[in-house]
Amino acid sequence: MPEETDMLRETATRVFADHFAPRDLGAVEAGHWPQAGWAAVEDAGLTRALVPEEAGGYGVDPAEALSILRAAGGAAVPLPLAETMMASWLLAQAGLAIPDGTLSVAPVLPGDSLFATRDGDGWRISGTASRIPWGRSVGAIAVLAEGPDGMVVAMVPSGGWTVTISTNLAREPRDRLTFDAVVPRAAVGVTGVDAGQLRRLGAAARCQQMSGAMDHILALTLQYALDRKQFGKPIGKFQAVQQNLAIMASQTAAASAAADLAAEAVGHGMGLTPIAAAKVRCGEAAGTVASLGHAIHGAIGFTYEHSLHYFTKRLWSWRDEFGGETEWALVLGRAAAERGPERFWADMTTL
Amino acid sequence: MNAITFPKPPPSPEAESLRLEVREFLRVELAGRDARSKAESWSGHDAEFSRKLGAKGWIGMTWPKQYGGHERSALERYVVMEETLAAGAPVSLHWVADRQSGVQILKIGTETQKQKILPKIAAGECCFCIGMSEPDSGSDLASTRTKATRVQGGWLVNGTKLWTSSAHLADYMILFCRTGSVDSTDRHAGTTQFLVDMKTTTGMQIRPVHALSGAHHFNEVVFTDAFLPEDALLGTEGAGWKQVTGELAFERSGPERFLSTFGLVVELMRVLGRDPSERAAIALGRLQAHFITLRRMSRSISGMLQQGLEPANHAAMVKDLGTTLEQEIPEIARTLIASEPTAETTEDFLAVLAHSMLHAPSFSLRGGTREILRGMIARGLGLR
Repeated sequence: MPEETDMLRETATRVFADHFAPRDLGAVEAGHWPQAGWAAVEDAGLTRALVPEEAGGYGVDPAEALSILRAAGGAAVPLPLAETMMASWLLAQAGLAIPDGTLSVAPVLPGDSLFATRDGDGWRISGTASRIPWGRSVGAIAVLAEGPDGMVVAMVPSGGWTVTISTNLAREPRDRLTFDAVVPRAAVGVTGVDAGQLRRLGAAARCQQMSGAMDHILALTLQYALDRKQFGKPIGKFQAVQQNLAIMASQTAAASAAADLAAEAVGHGMGLTPIAAAKVRCGEAAGTVASLGHAIHGAIGFTYEHSLHYFTKRLWSWRDEFGGETEWALVLGRAAAERGPERFWADMTTL
Repeated sequence: MNAITFPKPPPSPEAESLRLEVREFLRVELAGRDARSKAESWSGHDAEFSRKLGAKGWIGMTWPKQYGGHERSALERYVVMEETLAAGAPVSLHWVADRQSGVQILKIGTETQKQKILPKIAAGECCFCIGMSEPDSGSDLASTRTKATRVQGGWLVNGTKLWTSSAHLADYMILFCRTGSVDSTDRHAGTTQFLVDMKTTTGMQIRPVHALSGAHHFNEVVFTDAFLPEDALLGTEGAGWKQVTGELAFERSGPERFLSTFGLVVELMRVLGRDPSERAAIALGRLQAHFITLRRMSRSISGMLQQGLEPANHAAMVKDLGTTLEQEIPEIARTLIASEPTAETTEDFLAVLAHSMLHAPSFSLRGGTREILRGMIARGLGLR
């Protein structure tokens, strides 16, 4: 329902606008935790949007739920919102209770494995995972671990891991965590979810965030081109600048369409092809939009003082998280070649 | 903020069942067509094929039944368009008529014009050409100099149209020309559209203009006191500019704006095989990501057309992004398969590569240059 999507996104947009002005973003980068902002996000119910109705969610279509992240990307919301939404989804998939507060997921890299072994009445969760979003600051992590009889999800509260600090280009925490925790039986559940599905959900989430960031960069750049005067007129009146803004708008629109495809796929079996295609397309658009946004802003956009960098740095980070263009294009290309040229077109028309 | 977004294409189960029918038809009809011929894409001409497609009810699909149409949805029509293009079917005879000329007649033509022409188009038996460009009037269409002067019983046309694809094969041209004097305060004023009967009009000379490949697709059409009867007027005298810009919106959003070199991707995949190098697989996967996204955007426009909207800026975006992809494909193919393209080869991949390379420059010229499209998008963003 478009109306519902609009309502959810409007609520999210309003909450974000109230709490995350550029000066707030700077404070977070300097180490301040935006407690009021987080509380507002949680009070609005945004963190639970991906939880299915039978697990205590609101029964929102996943594509609509993910549109919250487009708004979040458009405000560079400096919170583990995508991660809390994903972790809540993962916990629900294993029939586990979802705690309040900030959450993240682990592992996020294809090479990292975490393990669950029996320990008395409970479970021991162990292993090391890198690039965990917000690892140092979240209250709990939904861990997808290899158990003795297959994959399990474990809810591990903070204190269950040690942290080696690392960040992405936007100074968002992307930490290396070494887990060594014993959790009660009720905190572990068997799941049909595998690491590939979790990675696809992450990719779909980042596509939405990137799409939102591109929307905002385009808006900032358009406004700047109308305000900034050189040679006696706004630079947006020069054809050379107009052509670049048109390219930005087209790339932004393409990214938005691709991100929508990925979001729809989340609710339909987490389809590999649409999500992989979207991550490739959004990642490529992100590079172009960031580059032209900076070109048109000139030197002021290159300063820390101007807000443009909060968005471009996120694009440069997010395009590589949960798999960059090369990784996903390889997956797509291998599958297409394997299926052969006779099926190439027909397969695309099923999307 | 004027960001241009593409709504989700509406689902259409009818269109999906039609797709299978179209695919089966094409499998049979195109069985003997070689890869090089398929690569001609929507420039390929075959009167017999167009007639058969018309007989299936797949031309003029959305038009009212009383004019030979079939009252089907824009999304069903989209399926026929994309399936014929993906299969490399020779659609040029009916393509322009189905896409824009017939639509224009339906929208603004007289009852007589509709009854006389639309059923023939829908039957796949009526070819249209586009009389817009001139030697001194390309991107700046409003500077048209071809002039129609009122005489007893009609008009006399003088001037030259250029780059007129299929003029030598066409039954009709929709001519855009000047009927009033140039107005320095409104350069769009005083222009008019006419339906020119290409088979019977006298005082008209059609000369071939060969493309750089040597192929004859477009022409120069010279009018010397060519007489057009009263009923050749299309729409309203003096409203030519408004009419022609509406016509152009239909020209830009379709799948032919990103599938012109799809045949080369298919041949490339054949050469690469089932287990390509990592580099080749990455390139192929990237192309697929672009196709999937463009198809989504183009189908979104089809949904908007179904709702009666005129998404001209969306169409400009699809054409800009799509033709960029079409032109990239031969460049990518040649980096993956070391070869020296030649037009004489009997090897499919090389033949299609040569053809694509020799035709690619036109993709971002025909139907509005890249720079003009980007100017339109900039206008849509509020910059002009």
